[in-house]
Amino acid sequence: MASIPSEAREPGRASLLYDPKIRGYFYQIALLAIVGFLIWSAASNAIENLRAQKIASGFGFWHNPAGFDVNQKLIPFSASSGSTYGQAFLVGLLNTLLVAGLGIVIATFLGFLVGVARLSHNWVVAKLATIYVEVIRNLPLLLQLFFWYNAVLKPLPDARNSIHLPGSIYLNNRGVILPSPQFAPAFEFVVIAFFIAVVAAIAFFIWARGQQAKTGKQYHNGWVALALIVGVPLIVFLLVGRPLTFDYPQQGRFNLTGGMQIFPEFVALLIGLSTYTAAFIAEVVRAGILAVSKGQTEAANALGLRSGPTLKLVVIPQAMRVIIPPLTSQYLNLTKNSSLAVAIGYPDLVQVFTGTVLNQTGQAVEVVAITMAVYLTISLVTSFFMNIYNKRMALVER
Amino acid sequence: MTDATLENARYSFVRKETLPQEAPPLSVAGPLAWIRANLFSSPLSSILTLLGLYLVIDTVPEMIRFYFVDAVWTGTGRDACLADKVGRPVGACWAYVADRVQYFTYGSYSVSERWRVNIVFAMFALGVVWLLWNRAPLKKVGVFFFFAILPASAFILLLGGDRAEGLLRFLILLTFALAVVYLVLSFVPSLVKFWIGEGQLAVEEAMPPWQRFYRPKRLILIAMVVFGVLAVLAEKVGLPRVDTGLWGGVMVTLLISAVGIVFSLPLGVLLALGRRSRLPAIQLLSVIFIEFVRGVPLITVLFMANTMLPLFVPQEWSPDRLLRPLIGVAVFAAAYMAEVVRGGLQAIPKGQYEGAMSLGLGYWQMMRLIILPQALRIVIPGIVNTFIGLFKDTTLVAIVGIFDFLRTIEATLVDPTWATPTTRATGYAFAAIFYFLCCWGMSRYSVAVEKRLAAGQKR
Repeated sequence: MASIPSEAREPGRASLLYDPKIRGYFYQIALLAIVGFLIWSAASNAIENLRAQKIASGFGFWHNPAGFDVNQKLIPFSASSGSTYGQAFLVGLLNTLLVAGLGIVIATFLGFLVGVARLSHNWVVAKLATIYVEVIRNLPLLLQLFFWYNAVLKPLPDARNSIHLPGSIYLNNRGVILPSPQFAPAFEFVVIAFFIAVVAAIAFFIWARGQQAKTGKQYHNGWVALALIVGVPLIVFLLVGRPLTFDYPQQGRFNLTGGMQIFPEFVALLIGLSTYTAAFIAEVVRAGILAVSKGQTEAANALGLRSGPTLKLVVIPQAMRVIIPPLTSQYLNLTKNSSLAVAIGYPDLVQVFTGTVLNQTGQAVEVVAITMAVYLTISLVTSFFMNIYNKRMALVER
Repeated sequence: MTDATLENARYSFVRKETLPQEAPPLSVAGPLAWIRANLFSSPLSSILTLLGLYLVIDTVPEMIRFYFVDAVWTGTGRDACLADKVGRPVGACWAYVADRVQYFTYGSYSVSERWRVNIVFAMFALGVVWLLWNRAPLKKVGVFFFFAILPASAFILLLGGDRAEGLLRFLILLTFALAVVYLVLSFVPSLVKFWIGEGQLAVEEAMPPWQRFYRPKRLILIAMVVFGVLAVLAEKVGLPRVDTGLWGGVMVTLLISAVGIVFSLPLGVLLALGRRSRLPAIQLLSVIFIEFVRGVPLITVLFMANTMLPLFVPQEWSPDRLLRPLIGVAVFAAAYMAEVVRGGLQAIPKGQYEGAMSLGLGYWQMMRLIILPQALRIVIPGIVNTFIGLFKDTTLVAIVGIFDFLRTIEATLVDPTWATPTTRATGYAFAAIFYFLCCWGMSRYSVAVEKRLAAGQKR
């Protein structure tokens, strides 16, 4: 051992220039320096430019009165009552959430329907579903929104010649007029009953699962839940004396009075977004169902399961595992695409805040940053919850 | 026993040849059976079939009547498409499209200079065919053409004026400098040979750095040809400046898509490599960039480019109105492209990385020679799909005031010259046909590539 010269035991040290660790540090420091310099110069330029253009900075504008009105609002907002830019932000945000939430529900329903239809054995149904998917997917959403708004909803007759649909629904170029529900104070008992029924249904579901694990006896979970959730509030509703009336729109000589107006911008955006996203969801669903190998269905049949339980217990759980991740990203796409509202004048977050508020205050940096932060938050929160769900659904391997 | 009975049996007739096969019974094959199985297999299926057929019968003849039978094909003004002026029911007003097709293609680009746009269109078509057609020769030259020559030429031709000529002069100088370097360096080995003598010659085997220069012989050649032609054009015809405010129509739509793909692909590759890097700072920055851009809608990115970009640079550098959305779209597409490329990188087995490293390749050599060629090949369908999305998203630049194809159509719809009840339906149908053909063509291409790539995996 002693005969070996000390240099041989130590590995020959190459120049520091070739040490990957040193190089790594060098690259990282260089990149950080460049990015830091870019941010610094952008910030200093922005400060200088803003000063030159005499634009205020900071978030002080939040409490300033906004001098404009918005037609569709879920919270009280008007220029005359001195509503602030902050409230304008909330109006826009709520409108975005409203159209995105409703759009997601409709798009999911339509998408699953079309996705299953594309796999149907019925030739006509499969072909029609294919045409729907191919046409919708290959046209820009903006064109479709223009189509729904400018070519379908705007040419409807004016209020005097409204189209009358059954159930006191009127269609005209100012949108859809529906009977508006009027809630008496006693209605809150019905709401409470509804929540109690939901809790009871969940409790029954857990109990039934425990019973099935113990005794093998199966209960009709779905029917019991339906009976609870629909029946209990209905009974309460009748017991407290029907605390719900409808204000029906009246056809006057020149105009419609009463009822609840749904603006054409909202309708166009909702139809456009949900039909567009449904085409993508249909493809996701189709891929998910095709991903379940035929052997699974055959094995289920061999075990004696009928086609209903086969779908419910074998095919759908496995398909959902494939469907959920891309489905989430479609939901996020729909939410992000709802910002196209600005093109047809639906007062969503972008139209109200990044449009009107930005133009009035000129504070581009703050306004755009807030808008982006909202969408980022929605994206991150949604992917967080979907990841949890996905983890639960994921394949558990040995 | 059996043998004995068989032998004893007396056969009076044995058929020597097989009978021709009988046709399957009508209940399992043939059109009737097909109809039964595919259209009326159950009561529900029958109802759906009838509903579907009703839908088709209800809409298709109506659409054919509107867009073809009753359509007006020629005319010079709105009177040609007004039912009471023509005296018959009027469908689509194709005369309006025919009248405005120049505007849809070039926007307000100066009429006398539109030949320049046509040259760019031709070059673009050449580049696309070169890259996408599988058996086209000299793919690498094609890539160079599409990603370097085409953008520079398009800039010079479309913009014109002093700045473009300055760029052209610079590019010509650069090309000549490269040519000179190439010429000199290709002599060096023979000079070395002459001086040191044949015996000690190890120059060629050692692959000195300058040898990398004489690979791109063809690239320099093609650059010289293209820039030479441009210089002749600029000299003989003159290229007056056409302001970007006048650009519009299909030209802008294609420009934005092309800029999107040309910049987003290399940027996306870099970001994907950054995201998979082992260096924490680089990885973090890439992840932040990608997730940030993917988490916000394109419109907000466009608004940001439109309103914030001019603030972030000194006022004299304030970017052009058209350049801002171009930057926005390129950045946006890069983030999506990065995720597609990352998918490809993850699909490459670890052995490929290890094999490359054991050959002594450095990081960039490994990526350039071993990993990226395989990874990009796998994700071609994903790239095409991203590009389809990008192409559809170019319509959003209309919201920040750029006259893309859709916006030019919208603009003509409010013009009283062609204000008729059917103009809007015609304009939208024309836009729909254009976008559908482009997007559908691309998706067919991507399916074909997918099939071709899968063919190698089939066993």
